[in-house]
Amino acid sequence: MAALAPAPTSAQGEESHLPKAHTFRAWLDREAWRQAIIAIPYLWLLFFFIAPFLIVLAISIGTAQVGIPPVIWKDSFPFGTFDNYAFLTQDDIYWQGYLNSLKVAVIATFFALLIGYPMALGIARASGTWRNVLLLLVILPFWTSFLLRVYAWIGLLGNNSWFNKGLTWILATFFPFWVEGDHIQMMNTNFAVVLGIVYSYLPFMILPLYATLEKLDRTLDEAAMDLGSRPWQVFKDITLPLSVPGIVAGAMLVFIPATGEYVIPSLMGRGDSPMIGRVLADEFFQNRDWPVASSVAVALLAILVIPIMIYNFFQARDARAGAK
Amino acid sequence: MRRRPYFLIFVLILGYAFFYVPIASMIFYSFNKSRLATVWGGFSTEWYGKLLTNQQVLDAAWLSLRIAFLSATIATILGTMAGMALARFSRFRGRVLFSGLVSAPLVMPEVITGISLVLFFIGLEFLIGWPNGRGFTTITLAHITFSLSYVTVVVQSRLASMDRSVEEAAMDLGSKPLRVLFDVTLPIISPAIIAGWLLAFTLSLDDVVITAFTNGPGTTTLPLYIFSKVRLGVTPDMNALATIIVLLVGTGVALAGFLMYRAEKKRERDVQMAIAANK
Repeated sequence: MAALAPAPTSAQGEESHLPKAHTFRAWLDREAWRQAIIAIPYLWLLFFFIAPFLIVLAISIGTAQVGIPPVIWKDSFPFGTFDNYAFLTQDDIYWQGYLNSLKVAVIATFFALLIGYPMALGIARASGTWRNVLLLLVILPFWTSFLLRVYAWIGLLGNNSWFNKGLTWILATFFPFWVEGDHIQMMNTNFAVVLGIVYSYLPFMILPLYATLEKLDRTLDEAAMDLGSRPWQVFKDITLPLSVPGIVAGAMLVFIPATGEYVIPSLMGRGDSPMIGRVLADEFFQNRDWPVASSVAVALLAILVIPIMIYNFFQARDARAGAK
Repeated sequence: MRRRPYFLIFVLILGYAFFYVPIASMIFYSFNKSRLATVWGGFSTEWYGKLLTNQQVLDAAWLSLRIAFLSATIATILGTMAGMALARFSRFRGRVLFSGLVSAPLVMPEVITGISLVLFFIGLEFLIGWPNGRGFTTITLAHITFSLSYVTVVVQSRLASMDRSVEEAAMDLGSKPLRVLFDVTLPIISPAIIAGWLLAFTLSLDDVVITAFTNGPGTTTLPLYIFSKVRLGVTPDMNALATIIVLLVGTGVALAGFLMYRAEKKRERDVQMAIAANK
């Protein structure tokens, strides 16, 4: 992960300007607390974040066995094997799972951007009080339970709900050739999964977009208007290009978790074409095949490294721009 | 002269309807008398009453609250330290790795974090005999690990925007670094620390995936209970439970936000007045 981190802002640090401590007491006063502040969270993350991941890597090159522990390594060099990774390419369910996940994540990110962009723009263009209220209304769902918001949609999408009936009636009135029967099957479809993901992650799209759009210099718009641009041209030539960092940040914040999503496809999706998060969980909980589950996890991370790096690149660039 | 942005207003209305109509519908149907969750059968609060006598729900809620309280508190301490380290010490050994470590859990898919933590706990137990089985301890440790990153981000950004001259003034007046930390820095960033704690608390209270991996037999948290129920379909008592949680968390967060906003405004006013008085 080290390479993904934003670069340090300067090589020259701000070491304490006080003289070096010579006594224990002075050390305790000046440096001990500083070292503790760095070391304690650092060690925590090394222990509970890096070490677990190294174990997953190790298990992914082990061999499954019946017994305790359910994984075994070879006695001699090179100790491990890439059979599990080879297995992922052979069985359809794995690469289908990755493909499903990527497909759903791309579609959901697209729709989140489509809905989120004008909303963020609307909030950024609103006046003082309205802006605060609108922002709070975006943040509030983000704080309230993710699981329960998904649950709320399940209630709406069900075949007997007022929403489903209303939608069926509207569609049957205007597009009678589309609708058959008295309801539209929405639950347990990919449509429901995309909708659930867009709904759950929309705040992650809106907030970075808003942060970018709010900082834009409106005098540029006015200058363009004065020079005869139509509002649509102003948007296309000025607002949109300048908001690219926000678009990238928002898109990555939706795309990355959506790819590994487990809860939404389990509750709203089809059972026959699971996304990769579901495949991983089934491999671990039901088949109890640790090596294959671990290699699914490592492969998923390998796929996501590129979007994570794009995200970090833009974040680091943003941080540098902010520092100047 | 400026045209009203009718298109943006239209999208905003639709967008907020998208956000809030499902929740409103869920709250509405929680007062449904009918056993069928989606057919209106008259007003009733019986499902709320049934919920209060459902021992499984009460146990799960109590367990979740304890885990959330403990993990949020520890995550806030660790996250505040990490935020300070990143915002204040621009050079120390392994800083690049450290800032990567802090931001990685924010974007890491939960299934990966979950499976690596559970395999780590099993391995650890195999090697040193601790943690003894999975349950309260392992869930809490896992929740601390993923929520401390969120606290770090909140605290770090507050520290970055803070006026450092106050700290320097205290230093120049002879305060030791630790005194400055407790008397000056921490009080100033306290709104961010509170916000970080609340965020960690709600994240823990809501987590399904990482908890599902790290829990053991007999430790069913509230989200796990809800998840297993929801898989079977929508029921009126789930509507009632969801309504209680959404309203509690919603009002709690809105209230906390309002109080912090007011405290911040008051502090700004005090600073303004102090400056004016010294002119």
